[in-house]
Amino acid sequence: MDTPRLTRDDVAHVAGLARLHLTDEELDLFTGQLAVVLDHAADVALLDLADVPPTAHAMAVTNVLRPDTPGLTVDRAEVLAAAPSVEDHRFRVPRILGEAP
Amino acid sequence: MTDGWVMVIGLEVHCELKTTTKLFCGCPNMFGNEPNTNVCPVCLGLPGSLPVLNQKAVELAMAIGTALNCDIRPSTFHRKNYFYPDQAKDYQISQYDEPINVDGWLELPDGFRVGIERAHMEEDTGKTTHVGATGRIHGADYSLVDYNRSGVPLVEIVSDPDLRTSAQARAYVTELRSVLVATGASDGKMEEGSMRVDANVSVRRSADDPFGTRCEIKNLNSVRSVGRAIDYEAGRQIALIESGDRVMQQTRHWDEDAGRTVTLRSKEDAYDYRYFLEPDLVPLVPDADWKAAVADALGMMPAQRRARLADLLSDAGSVTDARTEQVATVVDLGLDDLVVEAIAGGIPTALALARTANEAATDPEAARQLDTGSYVALLSMEAAGTLSATQAKTVLAELLAAGGGDPSAIAREKGFEAMSDNSLSATVAQAIEGNPDEWARYCAGEDKLAQVFIGQVMKSTRGQANGKAVVTELQRLRG
Amino acid sequence: MTPPRSALDLAAAIRNGEASAVEVLDDYLAVIDAHDGEIHAFNLVTRDAARAQATAIDQRVASGEHPGLLAGVPVALKDNLCTRGVPTTCSSRILDGWRPPYDATVVTRLREAGAVMVGKTNMDEFAMGSSTESSAFGPTRNPHDTSRVPGGSSGGSAAAVAAGFAPVALGSDTGGSIRQPAALCGVVGMKPTYGTVSRYGLVAFASSLDQIGPLTTTVADAALVFDVIGGHDPADSTSLDRPAPRVLSVLDEGIQGMTVGVLTEFLEDADADVVARTRQAAEACAAAGARVEEISVPEVRLGLSAYYLIAPAEASSNLARYDGVRFGLRVDAEDTTAMNTATRSVGFGAEVKRRIMLGTYALSAGYMDAYYGQALRVRTKIIEGFARAYRRCDVLLGPTTPSTAFSIGAKVGDPMTMYLSDVCTIPTNLAGHPAISIPFGSGDDGLPVGVQLLAPALAENTLLRAAAVIEAAAASMGGSRS
Ligand SMILES: [Mg+2]
Ligand SMILES: [Zn+2]
Repeated sequence: MDTPRLTRDDVAHVAGLARLHLTDEELDLFTGQLAVVLDHAADVALLDLADVPPTAHAMAVTNVLRPDTPGLTVDRAEVLAAAPSVEDHRFRVPRILGEAP
Repeated sequence: MTDGWVMVIGLEVHCELKTTTKLFCGCPNMFGNEPNTNVCPVCLGLPGSLPVLNQKAVELAMAIGTALNCDIRPSTFHRKNYFYPDQAKDYQISQYDEPINVDGWLELPDGFRVGIERAHMEEDTGKTTHVGATGRIHGADYSLVDYNRSGVPLVEIVSDPDLRTSAQARAYVTELRSVLVATGASDGKMEEGSMRVDANVSVRRSADDPFGTRCEIKNLNSVRSVGRAIDYEAGRQIALIESGDRVMQQTRHWDEDAGRTVTLRSKEDAYDYRYFLEPDLVPLVPDADWKAAVADALGMMPAQRRARLADLLSDAGSVTDARTEQVATVVDLGLDDLVVEAIAGGIPTALALARTANEAATDPEAARQLDTGSYVALLSMEAAGTLSATQAKTVLAELLAAGGGDPSAIAREKGFEAMSDNSLSATVAQAIEGNPDEWARYCAGEDKLAQVFIGQVMKSTRGQANGKAVVTELQRLRG
Repeated sequence: MTPPRSALDLAAAIRNGEASAVEVLDDYLAVIDAHDGEIHAFNLVTRDAARAQATAIDQRVASGEHPGLLAGVPVALKDNLCTRGVPTTCSSRILDGWRPPYDATVVTRLREAGAVMVGKTNMDEFAMGSSTESSAFGPTRNPHDTSRVPGGSSGGSAAAVAAGFAPVALGSDTGGSIRQPAALCGVVGMKPTYGTVSRYGLVAFASSLDQIGPLTTTVADAALVFDVIGGHDPADSTSLDRPAPRVLSVLDEGIQGMTVGVLTEFLEDADADVVARTRQAAEACAAAGARVEEISVPEVRLGLSAYYLIAPAEASSNLARYDGVRFGLRVDAEDTTAMNTATRSVGFGAEVKRRIMLGTYALSAGYMDAYYGQALRVRTKIIEGFARAYRRCDVLLGPTTPSTAFSIGAKVGDPMTMYLSDVCTIPTNLAGHPAISIPFGSGDDGLPVGVQLLAPALAENTLLRAAAVIEAAAASMGGSRS
């Protein structure tokens, strides 16, 4: 698999996806730094591993379940005390730009 | 539908599962509590918290899969990453490329089979309230979030694009709702959001053409809006094409009040969800024994239950369109067991069906709780003529309100039973006295004059008497 | 620095009344007061709560109760472990002042074993780093040379133990974050098998790699702490459902007849003085009756690349929740998207941003297969490579880090060079295996050298028996601590 070299636009795009604002200087700096890391990772990207299964969990475990019985909830006052902004026992956020996806 | 055009419809139905606790934590799965009281570190997405899968939710998902004739497969959970304030972790845990249920079908009452692509598990979001002039997201000043619903278990049922009319789509949603209620997975309350429907709609000029570009319509909260939205959207797409435009792949929002769909976003702003395997959960691998146990615990599905009543109707030789409609109603409301037990208790099929579909159905929740013994006793009194139809309905309303009771005691309290014996004879005698001419003609064989006396008796008993019993008394006196 | 006392000895002395938990605590607090201004191992010292816990332990001893395996032992907690009502910051501005409404499972277990929590230690922000320099609250200094880094990300925990601020600290190890600072600070640091210690309440960096473990002055203390914090936890789906570990009791069984494989790939990456110490450690194993041979696992060379795709990918998702809505920092803005963005841009430091962007890129449409998917396949290859080695060897031996502690600021401008300091520790995390770093003499610069032992999954017994042998050899060499 061939991987193209990371561009400034790529970094700007992923910063947007990750809800990060980068200044022009940061954009330049990060583009250079991340490109170095990805170049190093190119050895991995180039290997022919089509027959090798992926490992997402090092320890193979299945069917971990909990019974449908109530656990402890957290006191609302404690939860809301940690929130930056609260109104009417709810978490207050500024205007939302669009419907949920 | 505009001439010649064919719709292609696929539906995605989100169903909230009726568990005691949420999908990944022990918080109560309950509608209508004070905001942010059913929350914990897990469903608030607090740092350091971890999800643990609810066994009951898995079993309800498997029950749905079984009822929808799916393959129940080893499955995994993924993270669907997107920022939204009602999504506590800013990712949703959802089954992605390895869902628990695949490749099933649902048969509609008319025999049409709709393919089920998948029925997978995922978690619900919190609930956002928009504060501002309109109460809607657009134009709101700010919003408030309640996480009580965050992490409530959902099963998303994705149909194949097999539906061709809005009526079929409505029938599918109605039937699916009955199936979900029958599995015990859902309360079927669309108005409370426990079932939510998205529709994928496209149009083409003929059934031989390839599928057209589709739009996804969100926010369909009733069977009625499913039908309306699909018809509106198909009309919009046809008009576009006929005017030389083309349909853009979009997600659209159904505005129930305005009766139209509006653009939410186009394919170009499609989200990049960056799905990857949820590292905090492990694969789910149901074995044959577990699947069999779930299947064994499953009751009859609506189609089987309709067939059971249809058989009883035809045994009694009383099949009519109206009664077939009544069968659908009682099955849909989960009241068919009442009918079956009444018939088994000797109640005439037509009476059992009618009382259940018409009267008991006015309060299905109470009717489902009703003690069948008292129900059968009540219908026996009506069948025997001890109570008039009107009286029987009154007693039934009382039984439903009280959740049961002794129907003859209720009838006595209402003064209905007095009608059955001596007091009925006295009332009839009074009616004869007041109408000697009619009585003579009735005795001479003019049977239709019985109506006069029935009318009189009804008037003096304010409708409480049983017409049949009056006729019996008249015939007895005529000798 | 006061001579380190082991947790085992302290707990025994407190249990049998020879020492009081309060006095022990006060001794340690005095050392902290004298030196932490310079070292900056702690983000927070929980003096009053610690004194209350110590007082309670003394009362339990007085009333004849068994106060637990860690009775009265002061323990420092890495600041990514949730402590109820006590600020937990991950050394990030975005969590500054946040008080979790719950305790991590390991914290509960320590408390139940009678440990006294003395404070929260500094770390690389969100555990992303190898020097503790990415902390939003300033770096921690290496107690052996304050111009040097303590390593990271559990640099505060390693420095706290090395400086005598606490006999025991907990850290977390995602790519070497316990072992690497342990090596640079001259203490013992152990990463247990993935799934043996509950992650519930550990603020996630990379969920499939993170594991909590002890930093201590002795191998026996590491075993003791592992026995206390290990074992199944139903609150963590990846926690292995097996009996709690009992490693301490087998520690003295030696390694007669074991095969120790010296991992050649790790030697190739290390400085000459570090290689020399590693070879001495191998000789010590041979002297204790083990068969020693060199072994190559070429797959471990791929570890670094795979790690720097997998860990950032998981982190990019784990760190999405810091959005200014429910807890922590909020920077106000016009709309929610702008508020999320402003909050995260101000709240996260450069290293965290770098890794979030790297991970977002590795998962994003079009690159998922080439990067993240491929890295997961490499992970399989690494596990296969280790499996091959463990068919011949009981444990593997190598350096923990390629060099001794580097100077503060030396690698900050060059992330890739910084990442390379984890080259010997990362492969174990990808495999989920246990590993331990044991102090073993010093380098040419007089700074501590750590040697690393690796073992197959769940072979903590073997791992720690071999570690005890190496520890004893280091002590008999003399000057194992500079
Ligand atoms: Mg969905
Ligand atoms: Zn919860």
